[in-house]
Amino acid sequence: MRNQFHSPIVLLGARLLSPYIMVFGWYVIFHGHYSPGGGFQGGALLAASVLLIRVAGGRLISRKQLQEYMNTPFAIIGVLIYFLTGLTAMIAGGYFLDYGELPIPGMEPYWLRYTGILIIEVGIGLTVMCILVMIYDNMVKGEDYG
Amino acid sequence: MKVFKLLILVLFAGILLYASLDLPYRGDPDNLMHAEESITGTRVIGNYAIQEAYNDAHTPNMVTVILGDYRSIDTFGEQIVIYTAGLITLLVLRRRRRRIST
Repeated sequence: MRNQFHSPIVLLGARLLSPYIMVFGWYVIFHGHYSPGGGFQGGALLAASVLLIRVAGGRLISRKQLQEYMNTPFAIIGVLIYFLTGLTAMIAGGYFLDYGELPIPGMEPYWLRYTGILIIEVGIGLTVMCILVMIYDNMVKGEDYG
Repeated sequence: MKVFKLLILVLFAGILLYASLDLPYRGDPDNLMHAEESITGTRVIGNYAIQEAYNDAHTPNMVTVILGDYRSIDTFGEQIVIYTAGLITLLVLRRRRRRIST
């Protein structure tokens, strides 16, 4: 970004708001079983909390939170969490993404489905967060490099 | 190299066509989709989802059960679409300054 200026008030407000938005994002992801929410919405909230620091603080401060080259690996990890959950269920004897066959000992099938839904919601949230941050980073970089 | 890419595309199209042969016919009354009957007499899957979502996954929010369990392959596709969109922004927006050779 060109023409950066440092305003302590804006930075302080962003530092105050960002952790609460992030906690609320995790709440939306993990409480998706009981209330409206889920991976996509919670991931958008997590991205909002990361982008708030990026907009307010610039690159020098946001480098300490989530580096730019870490976006793509985390997005791949999110996709792999989803895919490997389905593949594990398929190896254990069920269909693809049939959570009732997950090999976790000592759980009834409905609790296995409960857990499987939770795992894939975390994967979706991670991917959505990293992709939204990546779009912002690429736009800023494209402006810089011409 | 171009021939190789074209070969991969044709192979992938062949795999998809082969997989589509195994799908059930649309509108077949013997499908699993049409096994349940709603109050009005229509054969839809939604009645099963409303009645059995809590018993299957012990989750009170039935939208989560439908998105994450019954329609989980669809959600997986959505996630891959989002991931692909992010990669496309990496290709389109992040380009270095090119020198125009005059």
